[in-house]
Amino acid sequence: MSSEPNSTPGAAAAASVGGFLDFEKPLLRIQQDIEELEREQAETGRDLNEEIKQQRTRLKSTLRRLYSSLTPWETVQVARHPKRPLSTDYLKLVFRDFCELHGDRVFGDDRAILTGFARVGPHKVAFVGHSKGREVRERITCNFGCAHPEGYRKSLRLMRLAEKFRLPVVCIIDTQGAYPGIGSEERGVAQAIATNLMEMSRLRTPVVCVVIGEGGSGGALGIGVGDRVAMLEHAFYSVISPEGCAAILWKTAEHRKQAAEALHLTAKELLKLGIIDHIIPEPLGGAHREPETTATNLEKYVVEALSEVKRRTIDTLLRRRYERIRALGSFFESPSEPKPEDGSVGGTHRRTSSRAARLRNRLTTGTSPES
Amino acid sequence: MAEQVRGVPAGLWTRCEKCGHMVYEKEVVEALQVCTECGYHRRIDARTRIEQLVDPGSFEEFAVDLHSVDPLGFKDRMPYTERLKREQERTGEVEAVVIGRAFIRGRRVILGVMNPNFIMASMGAVVGEKVTRAIERAAEENLPLVMVTASGGARMQEGMVSLVQMAKTSAAVARLDEAGGLYIVVATDPTTAGVAASFASLGDVILAEPGAMIGFAGPRVIANTINAELPEGFQTAEFMLEHGFVDRIVPRAHLRREIARIIDYAGK
Repeated sequence: MSSEPNSTPGAAAAASVGGFLDFEKPLLRIQQDIEELEREQAETGRDLNEEIKQQRTRLKSTLRRLYSSLTPWETVQVARHPKRPLSTDYLKLVFRDFCELHGDRVFGDDRAILTGFARVGPHKVAFVGHSKGREVRERITCNFGCAHPEGYRKSLRLMRLAEKFRLPVVCIIDTQGAYPGIGSEERGVAQAIATNLMEMSRLRTPVVCVVIGEGGSGGALGIGVGDRVAMLEHAFYSVISPEGCAAILWKTAEHRKQAAEALHLTAKELLKLGIIDHIIPEPLGGAHREPETTATNLEKYVVEALSEVKRRTIDTLLRRRYERIRALGSFFESPSEPKPEDGSVGGTHRRTSSRAARLRNRLTTGTSPES
Repeated sequence: MAEQVRGVPAGLWTRCEKCGHMVYEKEVVEALQVCTECGYHRRIDARTRIEQLVDPGSFEEFAVDLHSVDPLGFKDRMPYTERLKREQERTGEVEAVVIGRAFIRGRRVILGVMNPNFIMASMGAVVGEKVTRAIERAAEENLPLVMVTASGGARMQEGMVSLVQMAKTSAAVARLDEAGGLYIVVATDPTTAGVAASFASLGDVILAEPGAMIGFAGPRVIANTINAELPEGFQTAEFMLEHGFVDRIVPRAHLRREIARIIDYAGK
């Protein structure tokens, strides 16, 4: 269930007209008004600057209004915006001197994940990041950011180099998910991701992860275990795409909006749940409206997070990393029943009714199961 | 479960859901729920599995009363709490995995068994926690860990809380590994998605039951993505063996023997 990208990789991101998303239609109208005024001014020579200025103010306030209360589904659309900055953009805007290192030394060089050495601020790092590609040809080469097992093995190889040469690792996450294909299964994508999860939990060098766009399930988590995990403000991170979730639970993809809501996939929600520990702000109207500003914010976060984690001894860091991972997920435990003396074998021993347990739990935790 | 045949006393004869042959139900049960005609391994619940696998009377269960808190307040066509309640009433279990200590042919082990009858043994916070505790117990008590896996993957109704259980369980396996503990996975039908991509793929030795579906992405998702039919036997235990991701395929009747054998080679 955790492995289903929303549809074929690269399926058009949210519908956008003239760069505007569905929910941004009010902006499109204002933009058209402005263009009309400008045309009129040019043709007739009448001074319309005041009106134009008014409309621009309106544009900005509408933008602010729309983006201050994005619904989860709108967030998903922004995160998938065709113009949203990609890791390749940040490689130019945030990182310097990217020295790409290719291949997993086993099967191939997966272009859906880029790895190599890079510099950011005062730090030398090992860079690992999904690459979605922008233009059609590039997107095909990168397989739309959907990695095969090779991508995860290449990432681990780089992380091992980082460990050996005492470089911190920066993982930039942006994928619909690992690629669901025959070769991917034949070469053990499940094993590749599992191995990364295990090895990243004990990698003896700092790891900082940032979800910059789509955090698609296991394919995202496969390079997403670290000492710090952050998200850009309008990125999303989910166990399954809203479309996939709707198709399974509601039996129709039409319910993707409800699914997006139900999945709590926004940065804000995930911070509350303790899944991530920081939200990197985006400029008004989303990262794509001002990639440079977004890059500045991202850089500031990465540099500070690296400085912070590098100050700790590696043993402290690893202990805290484990504690952080170990604490993920809430549950409640009611006082356990006295254990039967003879132990118990299949079927012969069942706990007392779960109804009684629920009642007890309601008393002890104050939660009220809907029933 | 196998379909019942009309005109025959309930449960006496059933039709194998795989080969379609009429089989004498009592014999199938004696064969550990394996079809006497074609060898199809039926899915079995956790209690049945434990009864089949451990020395009689030797199972002591841990962490019995861990309950989901419905971290997202999730509701699709039905509230998640309601779904859980129904599953609990239907199965008599609180959650989708049972963990404990047991003996297998006289060898002491920590045992975890996932229950495909409980929301497809999907992994939410409780399953993740119980699996993690079993792994930790094995390290603490210096015992081999046997994990019988079956799962549809992460439990959607717990959103990201379920996804990160993959990281949690895998991190625990890393610690067991460092402690030098033996970890045996028995992959049963179906071991997929988030569970396949975490602790189920991290065993020192990975056994699988014949015909078990093992894989990451759902076959329908793959077929839709590549727009082609999937090859025969794709994502089965045999396919995984052929591609190097499973050590041995072991029929149910031999599991006790094989587990004991591996413990004798690798256990402490």
